[in-house]
Amino acid sequence: MAKLPKPEELGKIDYTPPSTGWMDTPVEFKPGYFCNAAKEKNLAGLHMPNARTWSVKDEDWKLPDNWKEIIMEGLRERLEKYRSLRIFMDICVRCGACADKCHFFIGTGDPKNMPVLRAELLRSVYRKEYTTAGKILGKFAGAREMTIDVLKEWWYYFFQCTECRRCSVFCPYGIDQAEITIVGRELLNLLGLNIDWIMGPANACYHKGNHLGIEPHTFKSSIEFFLDDIKTITGIDIEPSFNRKGAEILFVTPSGDVFADPGTYTAMGYLMLFHELGLDYTWSTYASEGGNFGFFTNNELAKKLNAKIYAEAKRLGVKWILGGECGHMWRVLSQYMDTWNGPADFLEVPKSPITGTVFENARSMKMVHITEFTADLMKHNKLKLDPSRNDDVRLTWHDSCNTARGMGLLEEPRYIAKQVCNNFFEMPENTIREKTFCCGSGSGLNASENMDMRLKGGLPRANAVKYVHEKHGVNTVGNVCAIDRATLTTAIDYWSPGVRVSGLHELVANALVMKGEKTRRTNLRFEPLPGVEQVDDDQPEEE
Amino acid sequence: MAHVEVKGAKYEVDEDGFLVDPDEWNMDIASYFADVEGIAMTEAHWEVVNFLRDYFKQFNIAPMIKILVKEIGKKMGPEKGNTKYLYQLYPGGPAKQACKIAGLPKPTGCV
Ligand code: SF4
Ligand code: SF4
Repeated sequence: MAKLPKPEELGKIDYTPPSTGWMDTPVEFKPGYFCNAAKEKNLAGLHMPNARTWSVKDEDWKLPDNWKEIIMEGLRERLEKYRSLRIFMDICVRCGACADKCHFFIGTGDPKNMPVLRAELLRSVYRKEYTTAGKILGKFAGAREMTIDVLKEWWYYFFQCTECRRCSVFCPYGIDQAEITIVGRELLNLLGLNIDWIMGPANACYHKGNHLGIEPHTFKSSIEFFLDDIKTITGIDIEPSFNRKGAEILFVTPSGDVFADPGTYTAMGYLMLFHELGLDYTWSTYASEGGNFGFFTNNELAKKLNAKIYAEAKRLGVKWILGGECGHMWRVLSQYMDTWNGPADFLEVPKSPITGTVFENARSMKMVHITEFTADLMKHNKLKLDPSRNDDVRLTWHDSCNTARGMGLLEEPRYIAKQVCNNFFEMPENTIREKTFCCGSGSGLNASENMDMRLKGGLPRANAVKYVHEKHGVNTVGNVCAIDRATLTTAIDYWSPGVRVSGLHELVANALVMKGEKTRRTNLRFEPLPGVEQVDDDQPEEE
Repeated sequence: MAHVEVKGAKYEVDEDGFLVDPDEWNMDIASYFADVEGIAMTEAHWEVVNFLRDYFKQFNIAPMIKILVKEIGKKMGPEKGNTKYLYQLYPGGPAKQACKIAGLPKPTGCV
């Protein structure tokens, strides 16, 4: 990886468009701005077409001779299958409302990162093939031939869109660039043109149950590691179960929670909360991934990877499913799971065993988001909380694109956050809720070789964080997404150091007063609680 | 796919320079990676690499940093069981440098 420029340098953004028209401006593959090519073993492991060793930097991408036919046929099929795509191809009036709403455009000034122009990359080919004006007038009607350079341009810019949908909120027609990117990536995948940061996790998930490739015994040992730490902090022994038949609830969360900081503290939070409630639930080492990198590839793969959640619920005979803190996982669950792999009529309508609340919104899907579950507990006063334990936390809330824009989960996380944390500050209105800014690394773009691009895309979000950091002394960004927990940490360390990233249930567990706990001296990260002068050792004690 | 040659033997490495097949690992390639990373290996450095290899053998994945921290603390004494100590040994980050030298693949996904 090339050395990262300093923030002062990377923060310089040139908004002057190139002097040539966009069709005459060739794409430049800048190091630090794109991801590595999907490896042969990962393409082959998923039976993807054209599995081979290739490199983005090579002139020759090793495509089949009839690549153009494959793309045009793929486009035709999708235009027939998705009415939305056809409409999005036809109705854009180029009003420009979306142009400056994309974090990648704001961060780079590259006109092809304007959502309208990103769509135009595909639309121009559509026009040439499917509209009379395009056929006759060509370039004058915004139409162009499909060529190898066009294909490479697609690749570059469809893997520079995080499918965050912010642009669609501002479009008077609701044109959803994320769906155009999704189709664009589907087409590219017909030729084996994925990135490895997506194909690797998807392949691991297909063969081992989760993106990180954590095997069952490793999964278990990881949870046991957390239990050890929980015991040190609270004095409480917790014995969760794995793959237990007959449990009432199956719990599924992204594997990042089990294996990557700071998500692991959130995983400790789940364990502590469920123990305190005496919840009859089980973890699964088979459905050990809530996230779905298949979704960043094509619908078929997404469906295939998603199938194990219902399958495991059926095998174990649970009543309903509870899901952890993840972003895109919920876009897939709430928009697709039911029709792809359902109906799950072997499950019951989710009902909280603690409050009796029936989750009507999940009547069909049978899966409840943990913030809905926990907010309901709090509303019914079922938890004993001591928010003063989080008094050193000055919190702001980052709405994750998929939970906020994708499923409208805006109030529940805030309600919980305010119950467990006394100092809460919102970022500016046009950067939160439906208008939230992406972390800059979603949709599988959280690799390391594209770090310059990630940081540029993360700038608008980090900038809003910096604002509340300076104005209100905010030192923590809360969120409910595993990708955010990994990527925002990087972006914020870079643009707004001094602010850290935390999952919501980490904060819940810090405030949760548990039956029989010893006097807590540290938070889940082994830092002294506010008011506790010092802790003998910043590491867990030895047994 | 790129190759490196060390003492007459060829090893396949990925685009980040990590060893592709962990089974090909040996002291030669480890020393080569250490040179590339600019690390002068001492016993303390090897201690970390050996732990990583043992963990990988058992669990088929690179450990979380905090597992590494805890285990090194157990082995080398509590004053060394912290991230700071590991960064002193591997300034480019224990996950990246030590894993590379130990011939472990880089973990991918939401990390
Ligand atoms: S979906 Fe997000 S990343 Fe993609 S063009 Fe729209 S604003 Fe940009
Ligand atoms: S806001 Fe909608 S209609 Fe206007 S340019 Fe953007 S995509 Fe086209």
